[in-house]
Amino acid sequence: METTMSVYRGDKNSGRFVDYKVKQFEGMVVLDAIHQIQAEQSTDLACRWNCKAGKCGSCSAEINGKPRLMCMSRMDQYNDGKPIVVRPLRAFPVIRDLVTDVSWNYEINKKIKPFKPKAKEADGTWRMQQYEVDRVQEFRKCIECFLCQNVCHVLRDHDKKNEFGGPRFLVRAASLEMHPLDTEDRIDMIKDSLGSGLCNITKCCTEVCPESIKITDNGIIPLKERIVDAHFDPVVWLWRKITGKPAQPTK
Amino acid sequence: MNSTATQTGLFSTDRRDKWWVGPLASGLGLAAFGAYSTWAAAIGVHYEFGPYLSPFYAPLIKWDAFPFSPAFLILWAPLGFRATCYYYRKAYYRAYFMDPPGCAVGEFRGHGYKGETSFPFIIQNVHRFFMYVAVLFIFMLGYDAVKAFTWDGQFGIGVGTIIMTINVLLLGSYTFGCHSLRHVIGGKTDCFSCTKFGPVKFQAWRGVSFLNSRHQLFAWCSLFSVGFTDFYIRMCSMGIFTDVRLL
Amino acid sequence: MTKYESFEQDVLVIGAGGAGLRAAIEASDLGMNVGLVCKSLLGKAHTVMAEGGVAAALANVETRDNWKVHFRDTMRGGKMLNNYRMAQIHAQEAPDRVRELEAWGAVFDRTKDGRILQRNFGGHLYPRLAHVGDRTGLEMIRTLQDKTVHSKNVKVHMECTIYKLLTNDGRICGAIGYWRETGRFIVFKAKAVILATGGVGKSFKITSNSWEYTGDGQAIAFEAGADLIDMEFVQFHPTGMIWPLSVKGTLVTEGVRGEGGVLRNSKNERFMFKYIPEIFKKDYADTEDEARRWLDGDKAARRPPELLTRDVVARAINSEFKAGRASTHGGAYLDIASQRDGEYIKRKLPSMYHQFKELADVDITKQAMEVGPTTHYIMGGVKVDGETAQSTLPGLFAAGEVAGGMHGSNRLGGNSLSDLLVFGRRAGMGAAQYVKDLRTTATLKEAEIDTTCKEMLAPMERASGENPYVIVQELQEIMQNHVGIIRNENELSEGLAKIQKLKPRVDNVRVEGGRAYNPGWHQALDLRAMFICSEAIAKAALLRKESRGGHSREDFPNYDKELGKINFVIKKSGPHEMQLVKQPLPEMPADLAELFKGD
Repeated sequence: METTMSVYRGDKNSGRFVDYKVKQFEGMVVLDAIHQIQAEQSTDLACRWNCKAGKCGSCSAEINGKPRLMCMSRMDQYNDGKPIVVRPLRAFPVIRDLVTDVSWNYEINKKIKPFKPKAKEADGTWRMQQYEVDRVQEFRKCIECFLCQNVCHVLRDHDKKNEFGGPRFLVRAASLEMHPLDTEDRIDMIKDSLGSGLCNITKCCTEVCPESIKITDNGIIPLKERIVDAHFDPVVWLWRKITGKPAQPTK
Repeated sequence: MNSTATQTGLFSTDRRDKWWVGPLASGLGLAAFGAYSTWAAAIGVHYEFGPYLSPFYAPLIKWDAFPFSPAFLILWAPLGFRATCYYYRKAYYRAYFMDPPGCAVGEFRGHGYKGETSFPFIIQNVHRFFMYVAVLFIFMLGYDAVKAFTWDGQFGIGVGTIIMTINVLLLGSYTFGCHSLRHVIGGKTDCFSCTKFGPVKFQAWRGVSFLNSRHQLFAWCSLFSVGFTDFYIRMCSMGIFTDVRLL
Repeated sequence: MTKYESFEQDVLVIGAGGAGLRAAIEASDLGMNVGLVCKSLLGKAHTVMAEGGVAAALANVETRDNWKVHFRDTMRGGKMLNNYRMAQIHAQEAPDRVRELEAWGAVFDRTKDGRILQRNFGGHLYPRLAHVGDRTGLEMIRTLQDKTVHSKNVKVHMECTIYKLLTNDGRICGAIGYWRETGRFIVFKAKAVILATGGVGKSFKITSNSWEYTGDGQAIAFEAGADLIDMEFVQFHPTGMIWPLSVKGTLVTEGVRGEGGVLRNSKNERFMFKYIPEIFKKDYADTEDEARRWLDGDKAARRPPELLTRDVVARAINSEFKAGRASTHGGAYLDIASQRDGEYIKRKLPSMYHQFKELADVDITKQAMEVGPTTHYIMGGVKVDGETAQSTLPGLFAAGEVAGGMHGSNRLGGNSLSDLLVFGRRAGMGAAQYVKDLRTTATLKEAEIDTTCKEMLAPMERASGENPYVIVQELQEIMQNHVGIIRNENELSEGLAKIQKLKPRVDNVRVEGGRAYNPGWHQALDLRAMFICSEAIAKAALLRKESRGGHSREDFPNYDKELGKINFVIKKSGPHEMQLVKQPLPEMPADLAELFKGD
């Protein structure tokens, strides 16, 4: 069976969609089609990929308008007779074809204060129960495909890259902040330098996450609540004044 | 097909599915409920029938000096709770503000966007106070539902009793699944095994989390049930429906 | 002169998987100015695909475990061909490296009393693999990545490929490569270089490895004059996906068997009971009943034979295939649904569940998976000193899969992640010490840089020539069919002849397009390394006239006592000459040899 792929070719200045015919085989994914085009029709078609099993998060693109991993997108779900449109992520500048410049993400990551564990137990170990690490393990499933960053309208449409860190790094901050052993305080960093208030919890990040991380409900909203504790809650503020307890969530 | 990689604009998208169905449906649903509840609350009559009391008027505060419907004395609380609710925020930001209208769907582009960092939306941070009040309301509505089992001092059950009970259960499932409650009750704790009452907090957090993962579902079910409960009582009160006594 | 960008670094680390990151962290801690180069984006290295866990004798789950047992398992798994000193250092230091990860923020699954949980794995006598569901590699790379980002004086160069090492006076002085994004050249002046480039799997048709695995490290080290060792030993992981075609070769973690998964043939027999080698007979169950009791936690019961070492299991699946008892698509059935309940499977093997559901329409909580061998790992690589990880070329270090010796003829699952940590750190220390001891710095040879740049540009400047993808496909066919899981004299000779015949065509590839992010060009430049490694593998495989570990010879199905005492070392003996030398294994001291009495 032959399928038409309409693939973006170009760079950040200009580009166009070029149609390629590919032979479709059983179980084929969109990344296979891109590889077929590379090998047989256009060796310089640029795309990123590594594991081809949904574990590395390299082959992010927009397929028929939806941000997805190409390696986890079966061709047969698109068999509606129309060409399959593949374009690069929209929120980041195109380098070439399907490859975008995601270096901004790596800069944001540097701003997040690293893990700072509490002292070990007397026997030299740290003890944590599985039930309490489940929560951070969810965040740590992130494969940094940046699909959430791409779909987030704060970055995609409003281009707030100077003020907002995006869902990926709020989740990363959450994974550290909620770590049972961690003692660092990142609340002001989350509010001011990651700009958590710019998130209006419209949940597109959660919808596109290939790892099914509940980014908004489990990551961002709990962080917003912690910021309320520290900055917007007069009752907590008064309670602290009376009891003299520190302005930090329970560690 | 010609295009640059960065083109965008309101509703511009390559999506082929009916992405607009969701926001349209929630927009219409919220508008319909808003219209009905405003009317039902404003007219100030037909909110009681037998032991039944419409949730729009509960708790009932009879204050003669107040020139408007008694509903307005209390409705600010559930209204505030729902208006600042993390789920409804998503629904109306998408449906009404189109910010964004859908995922990977273009919107009014602009650097003016402030999210929830400045007025008015910074007020969303008060959600937890409405939550405290909403929890109180659940107990008051629960009390009303219990009262609905009493007909002239005798135990009895009418169709309205069932409706009011279901309504409280749905409202409870919505309220006790609140994100702010989830935080306050245990979510703010990082190390459950090393804090006082940690395991208890964890269980509470887990319970709220269970409801929280269905927050959207209960938000809509309880919205519908609260409107329907009022409608049913109103219809009985107006003599249009006949309440059937089951026991 | 061709234009290039240049950097000066004390230590240049090539490769940013587990070993490269750990090396960079250590070198930085020791005061070095470090450059860290990776072919992909940071955090995408092959380590993220490691699933099952990291082997370390923490003894959290089984108190009888200790480094000596781990050491013995590793040596037995490698069929005693390992560099014993490396295996010893590895077993001794792995627990500290795992605990260190925890101190840096890694969140492993927990035991009931809150310590790091360990799971069973092939060839490990006791539950030994610290893990995070089936995404241990991701946890490790993210932890190391963040540690690196916050380390002093580490400069990360992403999407940069090193094409050649630069030497002067018989020692390392730098490296040259290109930015994938722009195609511009980049020259590093470095006092020491650490290779952490991983393996060679992309030279095979069916592989669990990504495009990056083209054997760059082994090849550039060889070209620069460093020795390679044990190149004949390629590990074929017994459980790769085989259906649908799109995912043929994609890894199915050994964790499936570690958590109780069983292998069956088309006759619904648990065939592994028939394939227990003599030396393992006393450690493995011989009835389904005993295997079941083991799974239920009976400490007196022996382990199920599905947990035999990878070489044994891969060969068994292959034998069942040859005997006409293969699954529908030519492999074996791997079934965990009958052994564990659905929730448990989803919790412990979430990405396997997802992978099969999405890509093969198989629900592993209800159905069996179809699996077959896939090229996974190369035990051989750059010959290094166990203590310092230094190669035979002064200033050149190697750690992780690119280094050889540690795993002998077959690697145990879980020993790779620990290898990365232990020897990544050692390489960082070794390189820092080497740099501190240096009295003079070697200078770069401009002429060599210039010729190398021209060589890299050649595929783009030819008026006509071949498509590099065609050459790769042909090479993959040759390696798969002639140098694959079961080998013999004729096949190997024929394969080698085909490689020799194909090789000149590399000099005639042509790519279209410009220098900016051009995968065709990158593929063309990777060819040289793929051929060097393929040739080394085939040549060493031809000489090893016995079957041992990952190397199975149909014509020599048994161990050869004499060959069991030697490694094949590959040296560069001319501009394009490869010389294979027999080198006796280092002698194990008496206290370690004691552990193997009775084998």
